[in-house]
Amino acid sequence: MIPSSVYLDAATAAPLHPVARQALLAALDDGWADPDRLYSAARRARQLLDAAREAAAEPLGVRPDELSFTASGTTAAHSAVLGGLVGRRRFGTGLVHSAIEHSAVLHAAQRHVAGGGTATEVPVDRLGRLDLDAWAAAVAAPGVALAALIAASHEVGTVQPVPAAAAACAAGGVPLYVDAAQSVGRVPVPEGWSVLTASARKWGGPPGVGLLVVRKGTRWESPWPADEHESGRTPGTVNLPAVVAAAASLRAAAADAAAQAARLAPLVDRIRSRVAAQVPDVEVVGDPDDRLPHLVTFSCLYVDGEALLHALDRRGFAVSSGSSCTSSTLRPSHVLEAMGVLSHGNVRVSLHSGTTDADVERFLAELPGIVADLRAEAGVVGL
Amino acid sequence: MTAPETPAPDAVLDCLGQRCPLPVIALARRLPSLPVGGVIRVLADDPAAAVDIPAWCRMRGQEFLGATAGPGYDVRRSR
Repeated sequence: MIPSSVYLDAATAAPLHPVARQALLAALDDGWADPDRLYSAARRARQLLDAAREAAAEPLGVRPDELSFTASGTTAAHSAVLGGLVGRRRFGTGLVHSAIEHSAVLHAAQRHVAGGGTATEVPVDRLGRLDLDAWAAAVAAPGVALAALIAASHEVGTVQPVPAAAAACAAGGVPLYVDAAQSVGRVPVPEGWSVLTASARKWGGPPGVGLLVVRKGTRWESPWPADEHESGRTPGTVNLPAVVAAAASLRAAAADAAAQAARLAPLVDRIRSRVAAQVPDVEVVGDPDDRLPHLVTFSCLYVDGEALLHALDRRGFAVSSGSSCTSSTLRPSHVLEAMGVLSHGNVRVSLHSGTTDADVERFLAELPGIVADLRAEAGVVGL
Repeated sequence: MTAPETPAPDAVLDCLGQRCPLPVIALARRLPSLPVGGVIRVLADDPAAAVDIPAWCRMRGQEFLGATAGPGYDVRRSR
């Protein structure tokens, strides 16, 4: 019998929020025209886009004209990094970032370095928290154009000290970019940033919509070829039905965020304690307290991460992994590497508004046996 | 990280070409055959070994001495 499926990979993409589905279907009928044209169908599309911008700006506490929609969270992150560097090139070519940024930020940093810029990576501790002293020293160095810090780790859930990091940036006049992909729609957005990005599919919006917010007064220039869309911040016509769905679901997710966090955080705590107690030789990683409410990560000694994902999938559980064997590059997660924690046998479990107590209980009931079977097959029991 | 002056280990475990967790498993199997205080060098070119061998030492209370050319990782049996 095929077991019922339990989806536990919301940190990659949450299931489509009912509000998003409803808005998407309505906008397919009313939002297909180009919002920049001068006829009635275009004006309807323009009204939808303007309303979506206001709806998305409100829960973030920003002005609508500070917010642009992009083709993905990744595009938004690339724009934030490269545009922040271009806008401040007169001040220098230095980028400072944490060692645990999302790969989209690191890839943008690599592009910057390949073009002659510099990038300084700031380490984290064993729990995945930024080394604030090293950060303060790095952003105070001459020639720093931009600093980038993820609001909370997308791999281990540790919340980063954004207000303190922002204060260090402000002291040197360095703008701070915050990747808030795992935070928006789930927890309040921290203060002190100049540029912020998010990704709609993380809060139950459709895939293919990112948010790029640039606060007034920030020196930011589009790194892309000139284009008039989205105030010149992101090229190409937006996918308006998806944008409308993203904005409507963000408003719904933000309104429900505190209640969901209060419901999911105890489930995450339960996973952390039960996995540690019932699976031998397991390392539960990330900060036990100062963490996202929906995400938990652990590594099982001597277990192949890919085999573990497949075994869980056969039992109906969808999770992700930072182990090298599960990545296309065959490298372990740079986040686990930076923390110095075990990288093989790694599992990230992330919950969403549809995750039930029974889902978590079934996962916790089956995991110890699945890990024990894999260890028995590999002949590593008792090592 | 490379330390060409590292003294010769008591044993060498060739895990080149093996993917994690195999080098860590091989280390866990072999280390008990050394006397306490003995040093084993694990040769491993899987990038995950650089993370997982020190992490295994921490979890098992063994002493990670450092990375060497090879690429290798020296571990002292401390218990």
